[in-house]
Amino acid sequence: MSRLLTRLLGRLPIGWLQLVHQRGRFAAALSGVAFANVLVFVQLGLMSSMGVSTLRPYQFFQGDILISAADANTLTDGGNVARQWMLQALADPDVVDGMGLFVAMVPWDRGETDISLTTFGIDPFRTAFLAPEIAADIDVLQVQDAAILDRLARGLTQEEAAAIRLQTPLSFETQGRTLTAYDTFAGGGGFVGDGYLLVSDQTFLSLFPARSSGAPDHILLRLRPGAQPDAVVDRLKTLIADPTLRIRSYADAMDEEVRFQQTQRPTGVIFGFGVLIGVLVGIVIVFQVLSADVADHLREYATFKAMGYGQGFFLGVVVEEAVILGVLGFIPGVIAGWGILTLMAKVTTLPLFISFGMAVTVFIGTVVFSALSGMIATRRLAAADPADLF
Amino acid sequence: MPDEDLSIRASALNHWFGAGEARKQALFDIDLRIRRGSFIVMVGPSGSGKTTLLTLLGCLREIQEGSVLLLGQELRNATTAQNVRLRRRLGFIFQAHNLHESLTARQNVLMGLQVKGRMDREVSDKAAAHILTLLGLSERLDYLPANLSGGQKQRVAIGRALVGNPDVVLADEPTAALDWETAASVVDLLKQLGRARGTTTLMVTHDNRILDRADRILTLEDGRLVGDEDRT
Repeated sequence: MSRLLTRLLGRLPIGWLQLVHQRGRFAAALSGVAFANVLVFVQLGLMSSMGVSTLRPYQFFQGDILISAADANTLTDGGNVARQWMLQALADPDVVDGMGLFVAMVPWDRGETDISLTTFGIDPFRTAFLAPEIAADIDVLQVQDAAILDRLARGLTQEEAAAIRLQTPLSFETQGRTLTAYDTFAGGGGFVGDGYLLVSDQTFLSLFPARSSGAPDHILLRLRPGAQPDAVVDRLKTLIADPTLRIRSYADAMDEEVRFQQTQRPTGVIFGFGVLIGVLVGIVIVFQVLSADVADHLREYATFKAMGYGQGFFLGVVVEEAVILGVLGFIPGVIAGWGILTLMAKVTTLPLFISFGMAVTVFIGTVVFSALSGMIATRRLAAADPADLF
Repeated sequence: MPDEDLSIRASALNHWFGAGEARKQALFDIDLRIRRGSFIVMVGPSGSGKTTLLTLLGCLREIQEGSVLLLGQELRNATTAQNVRLRRRLGFIFQAHNLHESLTARQNVLMGLQVKGRMDREVSDKAAAHILTLLGLSERLDYLPANLSGGQKQRVAIGRALVGNPDVVLADEPTAALDWETAASVVDLLKQLGRARGTTTLMVTHDNRILDRADRILTLEDGRLVGDEDRT
């Protein structure tokens, strides 16, 4: 390592030699940086899983434009939309089809644990609006009180989920009715519910008698191939000039919901602050270590000043130490972070993981912030007066 | 003596410490001309201003009044960058060795070479080993300071000051921690450098045995240069 750094730096790697000389302090500093990394990774992992799980239900469907109530910031909240607007939208030459989408939470008493499933009511005859995996098995929903259940839902064992087939369906009570799951699909627990359930719009309305078939939660539109969703959205906004509606492309709806979840919802804001705290903890730890190190070596640094070493040299040494701490602290940090997120993913069924992009971002951030801490710590070097050496 | 033969020329040099009523003058009208290659010893009681003069001549302190011409460069009003460049042509030997605890003897000496810029690693390693061998430390090249005796540490510090072939060596009691045999060899080495390379040495010492080897002895008392004995 020493030789490699000598080659890289073109000088003795004083920063490295200073760090390894005091192994206890070095280990403590690395632990501190690793700890800060773990904090950041866990918070980023949670934030990222919020994004992934937020987008998950959008992947069950295929559409180009989504019409929702103006107060619908997510798929699961907001008011209803009158079906008449779907008919109005179909007047646009680029809109080829539309489907009402009903959404509500359905409780499922599982004995020791009660779970809550985000339930979508769809028209089983409009398979073009469904993701291929779901569309393939959607015929069963034509039967009243039939359902397709999320096999990754929390509280559902793998064995139970694997046993659900047309010949061996799983029946359960909810909303005063008995639903029968004939098939499964891959969803997964999120921050809103423990999993998903797909039923026909008719079954949905029998589960929620107060709801009306003329007022779904959202309207999904499909466009003819080659049509520009943004241009159609603009036209629809003129055609349907109702301020209680929100007309967006499906892609924009997904982006807006992720942004809403991460910046407006308390959980998203908390995770964001968690990342900030992790970064601050890292900066403080590296600054403290380097600051103490500079203070311990003031006499040696003063000697170097007397010998003719300039400020750039000292800055180089301290930044060298900072970068070493950042790089070497990152390695245990990413390993521990990965382990913790994997464990949390198992327990919560949330999509918690460290993506390559996340790892690269945190690595660059760690090195940059460590270097910044080092630069701040060099201010103490002003106290190294070579005249005091005599 | 023409200026080009001089390493150091101080004229009407005054220096004070403190401010206001606490202001105290440490040096009074110092006039000094030191020839290139000479071995000068400076003596005087504690508090006489020897160290202050050494730090002023070594551009470690700002010149308040008067003039100092070091290696042809005026130090009065010199910029920090000019001072830093000039210090690279000097060799400092402090009473305390001030070795870097994390660096081996060889690495500490290499710091004296590295300050002059990039050098071939093999060449600089050999130069560091050579000077340490001259100082009797060939068996201790890769020892950390913690594993060296006081005298050995001081010899490493001397090696660090001399390895870069400085034009001027400024030394404050450099032989205090050395036995006489080693101290004499250090003095001989400095004198030899003076003859061979024109290195000027200005050394503060209380060791009378070294006085016998000096080309010139300067005596300071109460901040004034009261004696200047040329022994060449």
